[in-house]
Amino acid sequence: MHLQVSNVSKSFGEGRDCKLVLENISFELVSGQFMALVGSSGSGKSTVMRLIAGLERPSEGTIHLDGERVQRPGSDRGMVFQKYSLYPWLTAAQNVAFGLSLQGRDKAEIRERTAYFLDVVGLADAARLLPRELSGGMQQRVAIARALATEPKVLLLDEPFGALDLQIRESMQEFLHDLWKTTGLTALLITHDIEEALLLAGTVHIMAPRPGRIVHTVAVQLDRSDLRHLRVSQPFLELREELASRLRSLDGSLL
Amino acid sequence: MVRSPALRRFLHHPWVLGVLGLLTVFVMWFLATSSGMVDKLFLPGPGAVWLAGSDQFQQGILVKDAIASIQRVFLGFVISAGLALPIGIAMGTNRTICYLLEPLMGLIRYMPAPAFIPLLIIYFGLEELPKVMLIFIGTFFFNTLMIMDAVKFVPSELVETALTLGGRGLPILTRVVAPFIAPQVLDTYRINMASAWNLVIVAELVAANEGLGKRISLAQRFLRTDEIFVGLIVIGLIGLIIDLGFRFLMRRACSWAN
Ligand SMILES: Nc1ncnc2c1ncn2[C@@H]1O[C@H](COP(=O)(O)OP(=O)(O)OP(=O)(O)O)[C@@H](O)[C@H]1O
Ligand SMILES: [Mg+2]
Repeated sequence: MHLQVSNVSKSFGEGRDCKLVLENISFELVSGQFMALVGSSGSGKSTVMRLIAGLERPSEGTIHLDGERVQRPGSDRGMVFQKYSLYPWLTAAQNVAFGLSLQGRDKAEIRERTAYFLDVVGLADAARLLPRELSGGMQQRVAIARALATEPKVLLLDEPFGALDLQIRESMQEFLHDLWKTTGLTALLITHDIEEALLLAGTVHIMAPRPGRIVHTVAVQLDRSDLRHLRVSQPFLELREELASRLRSLDGSLL
Repeated sequence: MVRSPALRRFLHHPWVLGVLGLLTVFVMWFLATSSGMVDKLFLPGPGAVWLAGSDQFQQGILVKDAIASIQRVFLGFVISAGLALPIGIAMGTNRTICYLLEPLMGLIRYMPAPAFIPLLIIYFGLEELPKVMLIFIGTFFFNTLMIMDAVKFVPSELVETALTLGGRGLPILTRVVAPFIAPQVLDTYRINMASAWNLVIVAELVAANEGLGKRISLAQRFLRTDEIFVGLIVIGLIGLIIDLGFRFLMRRACSWAN
């Protein structure tokens, strides 16, 4: 798997209302990599993701997935939204099965894969529950299972834990890390939480707003065998503080 | 005031209160008429209305009238609902179609349907067609615009999720949009069914051989206020039953939305 984002710019609106939202974004993502985009609100993180998903088209530049140009949405790029996006009339299992049945896979396969991915996200017991009967964290885990079930080449996560409270957030971060370790998935995570990015991602891009652009990239080399320990370890805290001050200076330069 | 919590809970049950309200009006009606305060010709008592009703029932008029009215409502509304669904969805999903039709529909919607009656009689005569058309005109534009609104409120995440799962075109309509709007569509039908029911009576008051509205206008001619009351009560009851039917359907088919 090779995702290549080359010199992508994006503006919305036309003429006088034209607003440049992204300027010259470039990066690459390869199999098994976990990458994070960090930036303040309005720096265009979601727009980057929507471009990769094919929900928007770049104004300039190109996006290629395995050599093929991204033109429209497709199941090779799974997406998880910040807002709960489960289908409220379907049970957890039916939500996970949704993409599979859109693809017209046969019933036995759908049943088997649904059970497998519900199990992967630890929700085998919740199969028959409706989304409104699930907690926020469980809903996002179902959404992740749904995105994984169609075997995307890359998983796009747009602030998936943004709406969760702190404690659940931490356990979801650990869950996502374990998922990455066990399934070897390739992921692009959007967050405005530096800690989250450093905990999970091998590469972290820092984005600055107006127009959105990547201003700094860090390769994170930390021992991730115990996340709970990592959170409070000295190198982690130092790195976090360094990036936080960078982000602050970005905001400051705007004043 | 009410000491016992069990009694209080009983009294606060929505059904108990509803029945209580009905009973109060009924008792007041009974007292007003049986005390001789009101002229029987203006306000017949419950007994007289019951007699007139059972008389009509035994003659078979009541059932025939009810069936005639229900048929008109049903026919006009089924056509209206059936056309409003695809057109409303098309307007809600396609901007060109929406821009093309919304001003037109918004305009016609505010033309009172009964004002079309003279025109419909000139065009289609006095048979069934003008009445069915009236119900169609009176409900189609409301149905369509309300369905359009429901479609516009489908959260974009739900559609975009389906797109990123490999969905496209028709399956998105049938598997995301349709289930999401189902409760609102049923509710739209329930609300507009009430105006369909109003309109059929209006149409029959103007011109008809049979029907509950026709019976009322006949009763007026002979000063049979008891028969007018029979008509009103039967119309109300049928409307209520239809309304409850829609609510039942909604609770069964869209339990996720409650
Ligand atoms: N469809 C659109 N039309 C016009 N402007 C848009 C559109 N989508 C996004 N924008 C603008 O682009 C900018 C970046 O938006 P984006 O949602 O990508 O930011 P973000 O980094 O994800 O922010 P947040 O952290 O709040 O989610 C914002 O100023 C937004 O108003
Ligand atoms: Mg965003």
